[in-house]
Formats: sequence, structure tokens, C-alpha cells
Amino acid sequence: MAVAAFDTPRRSRLGSSPWLLLAPSIVFMLALFGWPVVQALISAFSDDSGFTLAAWERLFSDPYFLKALRNTLLLIVIVVPVQLVLAVAMSLLVQARPKFLAGHFYLWTIPLAVSELAAGLVWLSVFDSRGYLNSLLVSWGISDTGVQWLNYTNTGTMLLAVVIAEIWRATSLVFVIVVAGIQMVPKDFDEAAQVFGASAWQRLWHVTLPQLKPSLQVALILRTILALQAFAVAQALTGRDFPLLVGETYQWYVNLQNPAVASAAALVVLVLSMVTALFYLRTMRQREGT
Amino acid sequence: MAEVVLHELVKTYPGGTARATDQVSLEVADGEFMVLLGPSGCGKTTLLRMVAGLETPDSGQIVIGGRDVTYLEPRRRNLSMVFQSYAVFPNKKVADNIGFGLRVHGVPADEIRKKVEWAADLLQLTPYLDRYPAKLSGGQRQRVAVARAIVMDADVLLMDEPLSNLDALLRLSFRAELKKLVNEIGVTTLYVTHDQVEALSLGDRVAVMREGRIAQCGDPVAVYTEPADEFVGGFLGSPPMNFLTGEVTGDGTRIDLGGQTLPLPAALSSFQGRPLRLGIRPEAITVDADGDGLRGTVQVFEPLGSSTLLTIQLCGQVLKVQAPASLRAEPGRTLRLGLPPEQCRWYDPETQLLLEAK
Amino acid sequence: MTTTLPPLDTAPLRRRRRRAIGVQVACVLVSLFMAVPMVLIGLAAVSSPDALVEFPKPLIPSEFSGDTLLAFIQATGTIPALGNSLLVGVYTVVLSLLVGAPAGYALARRVFRGKDAYQVFMLLARALPIVVLSVPLATMFLDFGVYDTVFSVTLLHTTLAMPTTVLISASIFVSVPTDVEEAARVFGCSRFEAARRVVFPMALPGLAASSIFTFVLSWNEILGAAVITLGHRTLPAQVLASLGEAPQAYRYAGGFALILPALVFILVMRRYLVNMWGTTLR
Repeated sequence: MAVAAFDTPRRSRLGSSPWLLLAPSIVFMLALFGWPVVQALISAFSDDSGFTLAAWERLFSDPYFLKALRNTLLLIVIVVPVQLVLAVAMSLLVQARPKFLAGHFYLWTIPLAVSELAAGLVWLSVFDSRGYLNSLLVSWGISDTGVQWLNYTNTGTMLLAVVIAEIWRATSLVFVIVVAGIQMVPKDFDEAAQVFGASAWQRLWHVTLPQLKPSLQVALILRTILALQAFAVAQALTGRDFPLLVGETYQWYVNLQNPAVASAAALVVLVLSMVTALFYLRTMRQREGT
Repeated sequence: MAEVVLHELVKTYPGGTARATDQVSLEVADGEFMVLLGPSGCGKTTLLRMVAGLETPDSGQIVIGGRDVTYLEPRRRNLSMVFQSYAVFPNKKVADNIGFGLRVHGVPADEIRKKVEWAADLLQLTPYLDRYPAKLSGGQRQRVAVARAIVMDADVLLMDEPLSNLDALLRLSFRAELKKLVNEIGVTTLYVTHDQVEALSLGDRVAVMREGRIAQCGDPVAVYTEPADEFVGGFLGSPPMNFLTGEVTGDGTRIDLGGQTLPLPAALSSFQGRPLRLGIRPEAITVDADGDGLRGTVQVFEPLGSSTLLTIQLCGQVLKVQAPASLRAEPGRTLRLGLPPEQCRWYDPETQLLLEAK
Repeated sequence: MTTTLPPLDTAPLRRRRRRAIGVQVACVLVSLFMAVPMVLIGLAAVSSPDALVEFPKPLIPSEFSGDTLLAFIQATGTIPALGNSLLVGVYTVVLSLLVGAPAGYALARRVFRGKDAYQVFMLLARALPIVVLSVPLATMFLDFGVYDTVFSVTLLHTTLAMPTTVLISASIFVSVPTDVEEAARVFGCSRFEAARRVVFPMALPGLAASSIFTFVLSWNEILGAAVITLGHRTLPAQVLASLGEAPQAYRYAGGFALILPALVFILVMRRYLVNMWGTTLR
């Protein structure tokens, strides 16, 4: 009877069932992920006396919350498309294999490892009323005192500062995903398009972008979900003057000591994340054959 | 429709030590089907890609239809190409794929439709026009690639080993179809392959390449029957040409193959006392069971159905002989072989070049 | 040659050169956008506190000094926070590898019922905002008495990093060929030994790359750490908490201190950045 040696059942071998290997991760995630999500739901919808929407009433009546909601959505609507276009453009530049590519690539990916907070602080040095941007404007004579970029009355410029800081920080994430995707597109297609007469724009539209769809989809979903959680950037630049949803969560938990409302705010973020993810998946559904 | 002139093209890839193409010159006449044949790494694909504009030569010139295109971008050269991997766009339907070149040139939509229908009809793709490439077989995708190429009114048609990804039977049937198609259309064609049967069957002329140079360029029969050097003789034909080494006798009238001798053509008598190489094709050698001729021992007997392939030991050298299917010969049997002088080709042992023997 | 050849057309070469210049200019612009802010805050961090107060600020500081940075480092809580961040980072890497890599191995090597469900669960977990977790986790840690410890932050960060670790190590193990492993088992290794002696060394580079990403993730994580710690903060949480009352110099120095590790990380990691998904740049 030819039975391979390692088929003979002996004592229980480690890894004889995949579930043995998976068990720790499952236990871990259930305890530290599944359970807290359930808790968050419970906490947001009840208090000592049972089911109640009190936390939600509190949340929606808070002026800061509505502002935070508006700001967060504004941020996403502006930042995500800009970053997408920028990342695609950067990937195309990389494909052209310019000189000093290694140096450029290094600089373009440093922000990947930079925390939100650091990004905020970096741009603080630029946008602060006594910061580098105003210093430049004043010394070049364009302005007398500089602009109060981060003043709480200037919502427009605050938004601008936060947008620029976020673009600076997070484009590298989208870039890395798109560049990996572009590298996977076989050279043949672009070459064929070239021989048959397509210009660079035509090649981009007909060949490159369609093949990039999966990467773009991943990048979009990831980036939007992360953008919904933007928090420390605005905190560093504007304090609470430019409220964001996750910033509000922080406020309610740490400063106002109200876990229920904090959970409610967090759940709003969750719902928004899921809605946008679904939206992307629907609209970017792959056509058959791609 | 245009003629192609390649003039002393040199290309070395960055990081490479040897030249991919070494001062290659070639002229392809208007409407001619030229095949670039050779083993992998010989430079044939590099040459094709330089004609396409996908690679730039280090030096030399490429002229298409009297216009210098050496450095011109591919899309301005008015070419079409069939890639080895087909490169059929996965996100476009078959009809859009075929019409791609016309579309990016701004041809009006109904004209595109007419031409696409014509090309699809030629390649039996009409029932598939509305499908996506993922739903097609490899052979069908290949037809789409060819249709896309012929629908353009290109000056030159380039093909990079288009049949090599097909299975053997498909390859055979499509080869004939391709030949008929290109004949009808009559476009100047540059075709790259490593398959010598394809080259002989399809080309008006065959350029055999090796290590960046053209070893021989001529019509298929000439290249087959009069190989310019040992490489060409050994590359064409299946089984390839036999090469025997011998020493010319002192008086220059015969060549000693190691115990047995053959008469030497008068033109080569100056080689007296020196080594010489004899080339002869397996199907040219006759097998007489008795009678005159050289004596060899059968080592391997392979009945191939349509013929018999014998591996024979002759004077310590090994020969392949193609005999009629009816022949039976067991290993160890001695046979008498006839080497007709008009089928013998003589090669210089140092340069490996063909020697004039008429 | 029998035919006379037309002269060489060099216009395309000129077009090519113009294009290359355009590409380089664009690259430089993007690089400047990325680099200049970091340079600026670096300059600010090495300016003396007096020079920082100047307005308009010159590009090159009027006075160089280590005082600004020194003040930051010596501020209450900075050094301990640095230590905490390091500890949490290392523990997170170790824990997530211990728990996640075996799971990735199972995903890579085995087909089993529930595999899809497991993968979807992991993907979902990854897509979920940490914000939802941090508040209930904080309460849970309070109840268990581990609130405000390095241990709790480690748990939080490992939860964050787990799905990514599992999925990435799965793809790493997939790329390790099975025939080498099977050969080892034919030659007498048990399944576990074969994994240890053969698979693990081959997967090591990829796992190392993934670990560095996990470390960076943990190092930069703010919200969770800020919510579940009070006296034992990680560095970003500490800086965040102090932002309100801190002088300007603190912010500049803090920002610069937070960026320095990023420069080092990416220098080390750049080879793996595009490689992690299975392709290489170049």
C-alpha cells in the first residue's frame, strides 16, 4: 500500500486543520473588533434606562456637529478627485522614466510615513499668520501684513489650508496604488495603440485608464474611507475652528466625557464610509471581460 | 503600399555587451513578403521593432516609401502590426478593436463600420463582432489582431511571430489562410519567425539572421538548396543538413571522410591536403541495399509514417538519412549510401562559408 | 545600396527632447511641492526661539540654535512618549505577526469552507474606520483595568494592523513555491518543520517589509492612542494633547521630530513600496 509518509495520521500535527492557524486571528478580531462595534451600537442607542435616541438628539443639535459634517463632506469632494488625478499624472510621469527617477520617487513617497499630525504641523509653519507663506508675501511686497489664513472667521482659507495639507500628505498613498497598477499593464497594449496611430491622450483614454480601473477602484475606496477620518491635520492647523467628524468624536469622548455621543458620531462616519464604498463599487462595476 | 529600406542599422541594448543588430542592411520591395528568420536572440525582433518605431537605432537609417523614418514616432509611420501576444484590447468589443486604428485617425463612423465588416468577413469574425475578447479563444483573438491590422490602409504590415502561440493544427491551417489573405491584399509585409517551415512557406524572400547579422537573404528555394553558410544549412530543413568533415587527398581529386572517399569537384582541387566540410541534406542521400557507395552502419531507425529517418554512422561521423517509408533497417545493419555530387555543398572549415564548386 | 537615401529627419529627436524636458520639469515641480514644506519646518526647528518669533521670516533663519528642538525634547512627557511609541510599535509588530502570519499561511496554502467569508471579514475590518472602535475599546479597557497602558495601545494597533498583516502575508506565502515545501516534507520534515526551515526564510523579506509598514502604522496612529491613553501617551498623542497650550516653538520642533522617522522609514522601504503588491519599480 503506497501511502506517503506524511499522510499517516500520527499525533495531532500543528496546522492539520487550517482553523488552528486561523483561530488566534479570529478570536483576536472578534474580541477587539467585533465586540467593540457591537458595543458602539449599543452605547449610541441606549443609556441606563434602555433604548433611547438621546445621544443622537444631542449630537444633531450640536452646532459643531453639522459644521463638522459639512466640512468633512466638502473635504472629501474636493480632495479625493484632485488626489486621483494627481496620482495618475505622477504615475504617468514615472512611466516616462525621467532622469533622477529614484530621487523623485523617494520624495513623492515620504508622506506615506508621515502622520496626520506631522502633516498638519508642517503646513502650520507655512500657513500660520506669522508663517512662511505670509513672510514670502510680505517680503515680496504683495501684501502688507499677510493673510490670516487660519483665522476662524475665514472658513474659505481654512478649508484651503486643510485641503492642501491633506493633498500633500495622502496623495502618496493613492500614487503607490496607481503606480503598482500601471506597472501591471502589459506594455504590448500601449505599443499596439502607438503603432495604430493613437496620440498620448488617446492611449491614456482607450488603453491605460480602462486597465487601471481595478487599481483606481481600490485607491478611491481606501482614500475616501481614510479621508472621512481626517482629524489631526485640521486639529494642528485650526484647533476646533474647522471641525471634522472624527475631531468631534475625540472632543465628545475626551473633553466632554460623553461616550454615548462619541459613539454616535463614530457611527455616522461608519455609515458614510459604507455608503461611499457601495457607491464606488456600483458605479465602477467592471464590464464583462475586463 | 511602400518599399522599405534598412541601411546599416546598429542597436545595442543598454546593459548588453553584444550588438543586437550589427550594421544590418535590407531592402524590401513594394508588395513583397519578407520573412526574418532566426533563433531567439538573433536580432530579428529588434529589427522589426525598429521598423515599427518602438526602438530607436544607435546608428543607421530606415526609409519607408522614400521617407526617412529612422527616429519618427510609431504613430506617424502609417504602419500596422500584429503582435505575438495579439494585444487585443480587453475592454473593447471585437468591432471596436478592429476599428481602433481607423477611429484614432478620425475616420467617419459609417466608413469605419463598412471597413470593419469587410475585415471581419475576410477573417470569419462576423458572428463575434459584438463580443469581448475574453469570450474568444486564442485563435479567434489572433484573427481579431490580424483584422485590426489589415483594415488600415497601411504602407507596411509588420508581424511578430503571430502564429507561435497557436497550437500545431491551428498554426498549419491559419498559415495557409494568412498567405492567401496577404496575397489578396498585396501589402508590403515584414514577418518575424523562428519557425523555418513558416518562413519557407510564407515568404517571397527569407532573411536568415544570426547574432545580429543577416547570414543569407534570398527566395525560399535558394536559401534551402544553396545555404550560404553552415548555420543556414543547419537551421533550415527538418531534419537539418548533415555536415561531414574530411581531408582532401594529396592530388586534390577526392575527399577522405575517414577511411572512405568521395570524388571532389574540380573547382576545389586547390584544397589538396587540407580539411574540408561537406554538407548534404538527409533527403538527398540515396539508400541502396547493395551496389556502390559509402558504407555506413545503422544506429537508430525511426519510422515516421510518411518517411523513415535513419541515424547512420559513417567513418566515425554521424549522418541523418531520410529514406522512403517502405525501407526497413535494423540497428547494426550496414547500408550503402549514395551522395549525389549535385546535392553536395562544400564549406570552408574555418569560415563556414559556401565554396563555389561549379 | 542601389537606392540613394533621403537625409535623416531629426525633427522627432527634437520633439523627444522637448518632451523629456517637460516631464523633468513636471517631476521637479511635484518634488518641490513635496519637499519644500519639510525643508521649511526643518529650518524652523533649527531656528532659535527668537528667530522664530520674527516676522516676516527669512528663508534662512537669522539665528541657528538647538534650543527649539531641545525645548521640545525636554518638555514634560516627550521622552517617555517617545519610549512608549517605540515599545508599542515593536510589540504591535511582534503580536500582529504572531497572530496574523499563521492565518496568512492558512489562507495561502489551504482551501477550506469559509475561506471567502474569512477574507471578506478581514477586508471589511480593514475598511472600517478605527474611530468606531476606539471609544468602546477605551471603555472596555477601563473595565478591565488596562486603560492607559502600553499594552492596551498595542492591542488597539494590532487590531488595526491585523487585516493588513493577514492579507499581505497571505500573498507573500502564495509567492513561495509549494514544491520546495513538499520536497522538504518528502525528505522527512514534519509540516511544521518544513514551514519553519523552508517557507519562513523565503518569506522573510516580504514579512520584514510588511513589519516595517506595521511599525509605521502604529507609530503614526493618533486618534486611538489619544483616546485610550492619559498619562502614558505615545508621541503623536502627546504632541496632540499639548498642542493647545504649547508655544509655537514646540509645534515646529514637534512637527519636525515627527517627520524625521518618516524620512528614514521611506529611505529603507522604498524598494518594497511597489513590491508589496508583487511588482517592482524598474
